[in-house]
Amino acid sequence: MATATSPPETPARRAGAPRARRSRPRAHRRNRVRNWLIFALLAGPNIALLVVFTYRPLVQSFYLSTLQWNLGSPTARSVGLANYADFFADPGTPRLLTITAIFTLATVGGGMVLGLLLAVLLNRKLRFRGAARTIVVAPYVLSGVAVGLLWLFVFDPNFGVLSALLGAFGIGSPDWYTDPEWALAMVIIVYLWKNVGYVAIIYLAGLQAVPRDLLEAASLDGASPVRSFFSVVLPLLGPTTFFLGITTLLTSLQSFDIIRAMTNGGPLEGTTTMMYSIYLEGFAAGRAGYSSAIATILFLLLFVITLVQLRFVERKVHYA
Amino acid sequence: MSSATAAPAPAQPRPPAARPAVGGYLTLLLAVAVMVLPLVWMVLASFKGMDEIYRLPIQWLPESLAPTNYATATQTVPFGSFFVNSAIATVVGAGLKMLLGLMTAYALVFVDIPFRRFFFYVVVCALLVPQQIVLIPNYALVAQLGWLNTYQGLIMPGLASAFGTFLFRQHFLTLPRSILEAAEIDGAGHWRRLWRFVVPLSGPTIAAVGLVSIVTEWNDYLWPLLVIDRPEMMTLPVGLTLLMNFDGVPDWGVIMAGTVLVTVPVLAVFFLLQRRIVAGLVTGAVTG
Repeated sequence: MATATSPPETPARRAGAPRARRSRPRAHRRNRVRNWLIFALLAGPNIALLVVFTYRPLVQSFYLSTLQWNLGSPTARSVGLANYADFFADPGTPRLLTITAIFTLATVGGGMVLGLLLAVLLNRKLRFRGAARTIVVAPYVLSGVAVGLLWLFVFDPNFGVLSALLGAFGIGSPDWYTDPEWALAMVIIVYLWKNVGYVAIIYLAGLQAVPRDLLEAASLDGASPVRSFFSVVLPLLGPTTFFLGITTLLTSLQSFDIIRAMTNGGPLEGTTTMMYSIYLEGFAAGRAGYSSAIATILFLLLFVITLVQLRFVERKVHYA
Repeated sequence: MSSATAAPAPAQPRPPAARPAVGGYLTLLLAVAVMVLPLVWMVLASFKGMDEIYRLPIQWLPESLAPTNYATATQTVPFGSFFVNSAIATVVGAGLKMLLGLMTAYALVFVDIPFRRFFFYVVVCALLVPQQIVLIPNYALVAQLGWLNTYQGLIMPGLASAFGTFLFRQHFLTLPRSILEAAEIDGAGHWRRLWRFVVPLSGPTIAAVGLVSIVTEWNDYLWPLLVIDRPEMMTLPVGLTLLMNFDGVPDWGVIMAGTVLVTVPVLAVFFLLQRRIVAGLVTGAVTG
């Protein structure tokens, strides 16, 4: 499309070049119109898609949250903020928020700590560390559904490989399938298994950027490896930690695939996070207005976390 | 390198290099085992019959390597269609997304118009909008357009490129202006400048962003789950769960055969291109 407009434009420019002094204002304006046109052709489709499928639904979602509306129903009733009131008055809400908080803290905190330890390990001069790095990241590129299903069989309390391993140590398998708390632990473990490699390679990139002479200086000053890790390396990893904190928090709060494949939010809603509740309310129960209210609350939560961390990071983080 | 230079200097032996890192290797082995064993268990189980799965003590190795479960899995559900649908959604989705990202980033960097920064923010702020909040309105729109169970319904809502555009723009800003000015003097229009000069100079960035979006599209689950309910239109992750929907005891052998079919292509691509894919993941992190 844009190729059709480019051939006529170049001869005109060439011809206009020697006479530029005389006809500059008109050429200038024509140039500007042409640039707008080219910009619209190149960036227009993408920006239009963003407006239609990102910004429009964002605004519409706020509006939907004030309706009593079932998905697909032709009629909707405006109820003001009743959906929000219902959410906070619901006796199940404190548990929903607790489960969301546990899942998020365990996956983000656990992922960052395990990922950093893995990165430190992979940063040591060990043989096969390149191959080990590849293997550690591999689960991250797998489908969350497939990962969930394969681990569901690993966790099978009677016939799974985990119960056999625990049995070898004389430990009985917990009721991963039927006990809500063990089920939550199960989805957290699987989430960590799938995502820890990502955290590890990002930290590894950060570790490799730490200047060697800084560590040598610390070592000459008599700092132990542990001491220099905490007082030299960790502060230098500040921006990486900040980036990972934000991104893994955002992905964790929106995780869906593993929960859907393994527990479908159960047993007894023991693995229903806010994200999963949005899905269940909106698409399983069809309460689109109520679901939009939860989605809005979660959105505001994500937004506030990002802003608070941005403010915090401006003061605290050391930029290398 | 440092250990090689330390070796010929006997006066100053380095303690960390002298001590064999047994602990390090054991931890490395443990980490690798935790990552690999579940996948090995999946592959082994995919060859086991029901009687072998439900036997105590558990059987580690299958009695035969006959692909019975794979035959059952592909006959119970239309795996061939799942595969084709996933391939279409991935190739078209990721391909168009890259195209849109490259075009937008080029326009944001090289086409001189007022308010360019404003349009840059329009693109970047989309990154702050999480998927969960757009689900219901987008589902309602797609349903209204009659796009449920169609490729356009599957692909269009996630097509816009925000993160890719951002990364491409960051890269384009580092390109030497002189090359493009030379191209302009030679009479190359914007379209040709993009494809003949800018894109060839951006190989690694394009490969990095492209591979990450291919993996993301291939594994995408929530949106396809919502807009597709006809089995012949399902993608692999959505179709895979159909194998679970049996009453009574799950036939793990068949389910594991299905998960092998979904994961092994991705694993193969990953091991083949791991350097580029890892670079893609890291690029996003370092620039973002």
